[in-house]
This record gives sequence, C-alpha cells and structure tokens, in this order.
Amino acid sequence: MIPPAFDYAAPTSLPEALALLGQNPDAKVLAGGHSLIPAMKFRMATPALLVDINRIDGLAYLREDGGWLKIGAMTREADLDGSDLVRARYPLLADTARMIADPLVRNLATIGGNLAHADPANDHPATMLAYRAQIMALGPGGERVIPIGEFFTGPFTTALQPTEILTEIRIPARQPGDGGCYLKLERKVGDYATAAVAVQVNVDAAGVCTAAGVALTNLGLTPIQCGAAEAALKGRPLDDGAIKTAARLAGEAAEPIGDYRGSEDYKRSLVRTLTTRALRTALERAKA
Amino acid sequence: MSTHHIQLTVNGQVRAADVPARLLLVHLIRDNFDLTGTHIGCDTTSCGACTVLLNGKPVKACTVLAVQADGADVLTVEGLEQGGQLHPVQEGFTAKHGLQCGFCTPGMMLTAVALLRANPDPTEDEIRWGISGNLCRCTGYMNIVKAIQYAAEKLQVQEAQPA
Repeated sequence: MIPPAFDYAAPTSLPEALALLGQNPDAKVLAGGHSLIPAMKFRMATPALLVDINRIDGLAYLREDGGWLKIGAMTREADLDGSDLVRARYPLLADTARMIADPLVRNLATIGGNLAHADPANDHPATMLAYRAQIMALGPGGERVIPIGEFFTGPFTTALQPTEILTEIRIPARQPGDGGCYLKLERKVGDYATAAVAVQVNVDAAGVCTAAGVALTNLGLTPIQCGAAEAALKGRPLDDGAIKTAARLAGEAAEPIGDYRGSEDYKRSLVRTLTTRALRTALERAKA
Repeated sequence: MSTHHIQLTVNGQVRAADVPARLLLVHLIRDNFDLTGTHIGCDTTSCGACTVLLNGKPVKACTVLAVQADGADVLTVEGLEQGGQLHPVQEGFTAKHGLQCGFCTPGMMLTAVALLRANPDPTEDEIRWGISGNLCRCTGYMNIVKAIQYAAEKLQVQEAQPA
C-alpha cells in the first residue's frame, strides 16, 4: 500500500515548523510515523502536507527539573524503555513503554506521537492520566500548558490546535512513597490491549494512600480516568479491602464494547483483575 | 506532490535518488536500488519481513518514508556478507536450520545483528523478546533462537581472538 500523494517538508527549527503549520491548514506533524503512515496507507488520514519534525534538534530528552520529569516529545519508546532513570524512578512509565507495539516499532515511535494521536487503544494516555501529567504545546502565540485531564477530547482528538506542536510531557517528579504499575493483556506482541490499567499511588509511612491515579486503556472512546476508584483509595490504608473496592469501581468506570478481543463482561472482569494486581505491585514499589 | 533529492548510504555504498514524498523506504530499496532481499510481508508494520537497520537500529521499512532516510546509513541483508564470508548470524541460520520458507529470514537476521550488537550474550528470553516484532509464519522459532545463540557464541569467540 502506498499513501495518497502529499507534500513533505522537514524543517530544522520549531519556528519554521510552526510557520508551515500556520500556512497549511491540511498539514499534519510527522513524529515517529508509526500511527500516521499506516493511517495514510489506509486512507484514514489524507494530509496535504507532512511536517516532519525529526530533523529538529532538542526535542528528545529525559530530565528531572523543577519538580517534574520532563520528556521531550520526540523521545523514542526504546529510549524510555532503556532509560535507567525511568526504570529506577518511574516504573509506571517503564512498564508502559515496554508494552507498546514491538521492539522494532519502539525504535521509531515517540511518546509525543502516541499522546497526540489519541487513539483510545494507545498506552501512554492512561499512564499520563494516572500520573496527572501536563502537556506542553507550542503554537503561534507561544507555549501553553494543557493538564492531561483536559487533553483527550474524543477518539483521535485532543485539545491541541492544528497550528500547535506538542513539545514536552511533564510528569510530577518521584516523591518518597510513590509507586506505579501498568498492566496490559494483549493477545500477542504488538496487539492493542484487550484491556490495560495504569495506576499510580503515594503511600505514607503509616500505609495510608495519600494520592491515587487509576486510568484505563482501550475501554472506551477515550482513555478513562477512574475518579470513583481514585476517591475510594485516597485517605485510606491501601489494604486488600481498599484495593477490592477500587477494582470494582474501575470495572464500573470501563465502557467496553464486545469485539473479537472479548465480550463486554470479560473486559470488565479483566479491568477488576488487572486493577487489583496493578495496585498490589504499585504498593510493593511504593514501599521499596 | 513534492519530489526530493536524497542521498544515503546503503550497505556501505553512497546512493542517491529523486523520490516522491510518498515513496516508502522498502520500495526505494527494492525497486530503485534492486535490493530485493528486503521483503514486503504484511505492509502494516506487523510482520517485520521488511526490517532493515536504519542508523544501526532495526526498523520496519514499510513504515518509513524514503525521504526520511535522507543522510541515513542503511544496512540490508545484502550487506551482511563481507568479503565472501557469511556474517555469523547468516552462518547460524544455515547451521541451525533457522529458516524454512525463508521469507522472514532477512528481517529476522537484521534484528538479530542489532540485538547481538546491543547485547552480545543474550539469554533465550532476551532473544525471544528481541525478535518479538518479527513473525515467522512457518513458526520455526526454536531454530531461529538456536541460530542466534550460535551467532552469539561465534561473535564472542571472534571478539576474544582478534584476527
């Protein structure tokens, strides 16, 4: 399959890229291309112009700075997966990067593209909801912060304007007592999730949960943040009872449709099981 | 549609081409450069038959635009043999019967080359994880793993006794 005809530009600076987006309403940003190029082959996306941002320096980085883990939008999944910093301090992110597609795809696929594409089956969206991340967007009027809770507005749709470029993702820097986990059931490597759950908790010295994020992948038209499950965890000891309640509420928050990956009931049941296991692992990691 | 003049190194040789924006890297390699060892399988980023090393990293060439490879270093299966000597990975696939129909083999071998560069002494699990983006429809994975283990040993011996 060959994509429909389009023009291509590879700017070497962000101002140049923004100018191209401003001048061409039918332009799309090309990051890792591992969602966009397949979508173009299938004629699900037909941009008139691709603005390839791979030749812009300084968009791939990972650093802790000012209370955040700052991740450049062009950071490849393989570099997240291979990062000692991520593995040691951000296990939820490490789990997620390792489960995305397959090792070859991860060599090119980017975290910024995964979020901006906003496929409800993509893995980073739920993880970023659980982390309470922020998205940095650069547009003609300058830079703005988009809280992750306001970022996903529909399937394949985000709060990004067509004239904006997602430049950075910010995750709150690890605090003592933080722990997280991403669990995904897939039929085979590279498949979308039958169901996946991202959890991020903070547990104090007395074992009380002081902060909780629970979010779901591929269980609705957008990634789903499970507010009721989070509320059931926060302020209580993170014990079996609390975990059971949160798992039940996460199952209720899911909006699955039955398909060849499983029935609606099966997927809800999976959410309960994965939430239970992810919270137990997150708790162990929080104590470590 | 825009056309672009690109120059890249393929198997150590500098090549140039004028390419339409929508030309895929796999078609550039196969059709423009006549290097047909790089296969097209699923054409949807699933199977890995089109795997080449792009700046040393295995990627699926059906999901990269040719123009994106401007200035890059590309290694295809044709570049593995050096001076009439099979690469140890190629030798391993021969010795351990690592192929049946052979369709996945070029991609499988390039992924193995990159894997062994990054991790010269992988465990069986690490090999299986490393090739999890390459599908063998003959399901000959047992012997593919053995072939890569053979290559790992051979490369380590070569490393220990420089010529």
